[in-house]
Amino acid sequence: MTDVRTGSVPVSLSLDDEIAGLDALDVADARLPGAGVRLWKAAWPKLAALGLALVLWQLIVWSRWKPDYVLPGPRVVFPQVVDDLRSGKLVRATLITLRRAAIGYSIAVVVGLAIGAMVSRWRTLRVAFGSFITGLQTMPSIAWFPLAILLFQKSEGAIMFVVALGAAPAIANGVITGSDHVPPLLTRSGTALGARGLNLYRTVTLPASLPSVLGGLKQGWAFAWRSLMAGELLVIVARSPSIGVRLQNARDLADAPQLVATMIVILVIGICVDSLLFATAEHAIRKRWGLIDPSR
Amino acid sequence: MTLLERAGGPLVDGTELAVAAAGDGATKRDAILLSGVGRVFRRGSTRVVALDGIDLSVRRGEIVSLLGASGCGKSTLLGILAGLDQPTSGTATVHGRTGLMFQESALFPWLTVRGNIETALRLRGVARRDRRGLAEELLASVHLHGFGNRRPHELSGGMRQRAALARALAQDADVLLMDEPFAALDAITREVLHAELERQWGERDLTAVFVTHDVREAVRLGDRVVLLSSRPGRVAAEFVVDIERPRRMEDHAVNELAAVITSRLHAEVQRHARD
Repeated sequence: MTDVRTGSVPVSLSLDDEIAGLDALDVADARLPGAGVRLWKAAWPKLAALGLALVLWQLIVWSRWKPDYVLPGPRVVFPQVVDDLRSGKLVRATLITLRRAAIGYSIAVVVGLAIGAMVSRWRTLRVAFGSFITGLQTMPSIAWFPLAILLFQKSEGAIMFVVALGAAPAIANGVITGSDHVPPLLTRSGTALGARGLNLYRTVTLPASLPSVLGGLKQGWAFAWRSLMAGELLVIVARSPSIGVRLQNARDLADAPQLVATMIVILVIGICVDSLLFATAEHAIRKRWGLIDPSR
Repeated sequence: MTLLERAGGPLVDGTELAVAAAGDGATKRDAILLSGVGRVFRRGSTRVVALDGIDLSVRRGEIVSLLGASGCGKSTLLGILAGLDQPTSGTATVHGRTGLMFQESALFPWLTVRGNIETALRLRGVARRDRRGLAEELLASVHLHGFGNRRPHELSGGMRQRAALARALAQDADVLLMDEPFAALDAITREVLHAELERQWGERDLTAVFVTHDVREAVRLGDRVVLLSSRPGRVAAEFVVDIERPRRMEDHAVNELAAVITSRLHAEVQRHARD
């Protein structure tokens, strides 16, 4: 049927079809490459960088800048790593250290999230503690150890105290920054839907600040891991042969291969936690929010 | 001063207007009643008058297009109607629940499209077990059946605005407040959404306040076009659109009235050059 005045088909007759047509044109199915391809794409630059680092290391050793017994090369160190793993001592040390990391970091997460949530909700707390938290974050954690040892003696408590204190401010700051950067349109939209107060915080502010919270958690982990290593060198707890203890022993015995082997373990754990845990979570969030170009 | 201009023939609803003016019947017929609404913002020592003495009534089931140049306080006015803001003078009464739509869809990017609608249902107090089904119904009603699991960024602009419409409808809104909802869309999609909005309006017995910069769009959709002046925002003129629906943007009558309103809008803008 044609409208006489305008010579056009009335929209109502074809609305459903027209909408379906537009949608079909608009929604392109973005096909992601398979898991294997994606894994290889993510892995090869890392492997290449690792190879480059090993070559550099070997070159320095070959240059005879330092004698072999002070700076051993990869060909000495890697068999040492394998031996240490086989003997079970390194595994035990790693487990002791990881347990401390997990407990200390968990305390930091709970404390940091709670403080961050409170400070970002209440303006007065914000004014009172905002810059104080940033200040705490910049404080080198090693500076806490003398006090921690006075308070807790040379015990697990002293290490946990410093690990938690090193990580919590970064985590709290992540929450605070996140709530500062919520797009006003989303807050307005949530308010228009009827969310107020705590409900608005839960419905809009908290999920909207998730990327920043994750950033804080990631930074907090880096601080926790550093504090833990410093702590294990300073605070040696009896009958707890942690990674830090192995490092100290290796230095005392001038066992350079074991020292470098232990350092490699510390580095590998740091990289693994970052890339497996945080990078994966970050990628998932960016994908959810549509911040990744699927063609790349 | 409110100037009521007639356009496109005789004023059909003249009798109803008289009833509304009589007062008693006004509350029953009016979805929105603004009398002497003013809003002043204080920025430091300066005083910015965003709205000044706005008198406006919107009858139930009416679509009113709000038109104005920049700085006429359209968004402020919608904020007051939505209950997000309070007038500093005068009274604003809205009967029924309001649903708000923005130029951007303002869907929550961390939720699926269905999750967005279910959030609106949750905030309205709908029981958890009923939300899923209701959300699906709403999605189907804006032709988004099967897209519930998508994230907002996976949809086109037009689909996002339909999802935003579904979310506004999920509030069980009687009064739709729309802040340039189709401004960022291409012409075809916009026309389709005009028809979609009109359909929802007809089926659900909605009242709508539609803010736009586009004069033809204002005429295409509105039963009435209200022209606001800028700085401060006042009602400069009202035009009754007596053109039979369904209308299209290209319709001769739409364009004719749009031309009249556009020249009035130009006069309004030029007034600021002389100020």
